[in-house]
Amino acid sequence: MTLQVIWFVLWGLLWAVYFMLDGFDLGSGMLYNFLARNDTEKRMILGAVGPVWNGNEVWLVTAGGATFAAFPGTYAAMFSFLYLPLLFVLYSLILRGVSLEFRGKIEGARWKKWWDTIILIGSFIPALLFGVAFGNIFQGLQIDASGYHGTFFGLLNFYGLLTGILFVVLFLYHAALWLVLRTGGELSERAAALSTKLWYILAAVAVVFLIGTAFFTNLYANFVASPGWFVVPFVAVAGLVSSRIFTSRASRLLAFLSSCATVLGIVFTGIIGLFPRLLPSALDPASSLTIFNSSSSAYTLRVMTIVAFIFVPIIVVYQILVYRFFRKPVTADAIEGDAEGY
Amino acid sequence: MSVVALSRIQFAVVAGFHFLFVPLTLGLSVLVAYLETRYVVTGDETYLRMTKYWGRLFLINFAVGVVTGITMEFQFGMNWAGYSSYVGDIFGAPLAIEATVAFFLESTFIGVWIFGWKRLSKRAHAAVIWVVASASTLSALWILLANGWMQRPVGYVINAGRAEMVDFGALITNAYGWVKFLHTVLAGYVLAAFFLMGVSAYHLLKRTDDVFFKRSFRVGATFGLVCSALLIFAGDLSGRQVADFQPTKLAAIESQWQTVTAAPFYVIQIPDPAHDRNLVEAVPIPYGLSLLAYHNPKSTIKGLLEFPAADRPPVLISFFAFRLMVALGFLFLLLAFLGFHFTRKDTLVRMRWYLWVMLFAIVLPYLAVQLGWLVSELGRQPWIVYNMLRTADAVSKSITAGDVIVSLIGFILLYGVLMAVDIFLLSRYSREYRVAETEEKAI
Repeated sequence: MTLQVIWFVLWGLLWAVYFMLDGFDLGSGMLYNFLARNDTEKRMILGAVGPVWNGNEVWLVTAGGATFAAFPGTYAAMFSFLYLPLLFVLYSLILRGVSLEFRGKIEGARWKKWWDTIILIGSFIPALLFGVAFGNIFQGLQIDASGYHGTFFGLLNFYGLLTGILFVVLFLYHAALWLVLRTGGELSERAAALSTKLWYILAAVAVVFLIGTAFFTNLYANFVASPGWFVVPFVAVAGLVSSRIFTSRASRLLAFLSSCATVLGIVFTGIIGLFPRLLPSALDPASSLTIFNSSSSAYTLRVMTIVAFIFVPIIVVYQILVYRFFRKPVTADAIEGDAEGY
Repeated sequence: MSVVALSRIQFAVVAGFHFLFVPLTLGLSVLVAYLETRYVVTGDETYLRMTKYWGRLFLINFAVGVVTGITMEFQFGMNWAGYSSYVGDIFGAPLAIEATVAFFLESTFIGVWIFGWKRLSKRAHAAVIWVVASASTLSALWILLANGWMQRPVGYVINAGRAEMVDFGALITNAYGWVKFLHTVLAGYVLAAFFLMGVSAYHLLKRTDDVFFKRSFRVGATFGLVCSALLIFAGDLSGRQVADFQPTKLAAIESQWQTVTAAPFYVIQIPDPAHDRNLVEAVPIPYGLSLLAYHNPKSTIKGLLEFPAADRPPVLISFFAFRLMVALGFLFLLLAFLGFHFTRKDTLVRMRWYLWVMLFAIVLPYLAVQLGWLVSELGRQPWIVYNMLRTADAVSKSITAGDVIVSLIGFILLYGVLMAVDIFLLSRYSREYRVAETEEKAI
């Protein structure tokens, strides 16, 4: 019982950290064709995500692995029910990954333009479809005792798409603040100017999302039952507000960290609303997959808890050290003198 | 075609493709780490240039290995939901642990290595690539412990309609997994050694830079000789595991139909699975098969006819894939030995025929690892978990043949393009040695 709850929290945390970290990689990939004015600026953006995107993506792999190990029933259902959207996410992530690596390998305008387009698509599709997938999970999937009855186009409903757009705008905003922090010169200033515009769009989408959630999902039921949890969506909103304030005061790091809090707050608002369900059914509550009816045995959960409690803190520490190591903003000079990077 | 058949083809495609890149990552990471360490210890700039030249090829290959690995983790849930829910309690653990203890390290520190050239001390930078190399080998261990469990399930009970883990210790000490790890990792090391030798052979034929490439070749030949010798030993250990735990796989790879005590090994043999017999059995080596399988001339080899036809793996492919893989394994030892010999006598550059052979021999270890994978996974059929769960019962119920056709075509197109681009970049960067030189000056 407690182990299942621990793993529910860990499950949510892995997804939340994944979106917090790869969110700005994906957002940078979407912004980059529009924000950068020349090849050097493009390489500055790639240089800002280059050292960390690989490690960020492993949070997704671990979220998948943890779902498999701790909630195999949910892993099997989630990945096979959402077959096509996950497939497109997969294709996109594969393309985005190799694009970052391959783009700078050949000096040629056409070669680079080709990969630039792929980076844009490969960043946009996962951001959108992860949102669509979670939006549909929040609403409940078409599951009953006989199996799954949903279709790919059925997932593209109003609330699913709304969540998709929320993810896209959230990641764009998050990435803009990341680029303010991690790039130098004019590019950084342009990213800051863009972030203020994106802020208004994000605030509007977030308001529509929070209201829509009350109509399309029952996520708020848990919050109404224990109002103390309202602190979590409050953190999301507070992060959004404070990121704007810090940006206007040119506190770049605090602005970005506030935006991190927003991402974590939004994801955890959904996670808390789901509890104890992992994949709710829209047809029949008894067919929902929960942490109790889809979990691994107590023995496996104990083993995995020990592994997670030892290694996750270690990962967090060395990833923070790596982020600190690469904290200096990427400048045009640094990019032009670097033969090893992207 | 059925969802099962299509899903099997898809898994074979995505796993086979992933496994084109992983072995080179495994081996080349160790070799690049070695070269950079030599640079730190000796201060010899040639080693630095070697680190950068081979490191660049390593990175081009690494990227594709990483991104195609994500597919593997998603595949189990997407296409094999029956499998995932039936054995997830035990099989999910090594996969999750792999990501946590190994993949995180590898992926986090590869960024530090790529972008840290100017920011880290020489020693620290070399240490980082050792972290990457060790993490990729550690990652292989956890993946192969998971695979070893599919071959020889241990430490579980069947409870409430699924397999549940009761002994984690048994899972991580499963000899089948460890032997497979040894076999696979050594195969990756041999593949990387042949890659080093083959590319160096090209430049030695063109006389680009003899000092640089003779030295690279020597590293490859030495590493290749040691690893291919150990690989034959590891192959023998694998054979023992198969003989002990997978009688149907053993019978299929040897095309042994009847149960025979003190079984001979036929040098020339042609299976005829349609009639449950061999068309040709010639040149017997007395006791050969019993010796090979159990190291005991009197041992009994169970024949395929002992098992219902529905429980037998496909014989023809298993048999030929296995024999070809073994033959290649011995060829690698011979070629690596020749290379080692020629470099010792410093006659390598004059042995142009040998250099030509080594250039084309780059593809042979790739062929061998694919054959090995085929032997291992096709020989396990019709079981997805040996003697426990049939592949046909493991597939996802919620997906349609149409879904899988879409995804399979998508994977083939996507991976086809990736492979073309990757080979283009690898061959371009291998050939353009001066790229490594000119950029050197910028540093």
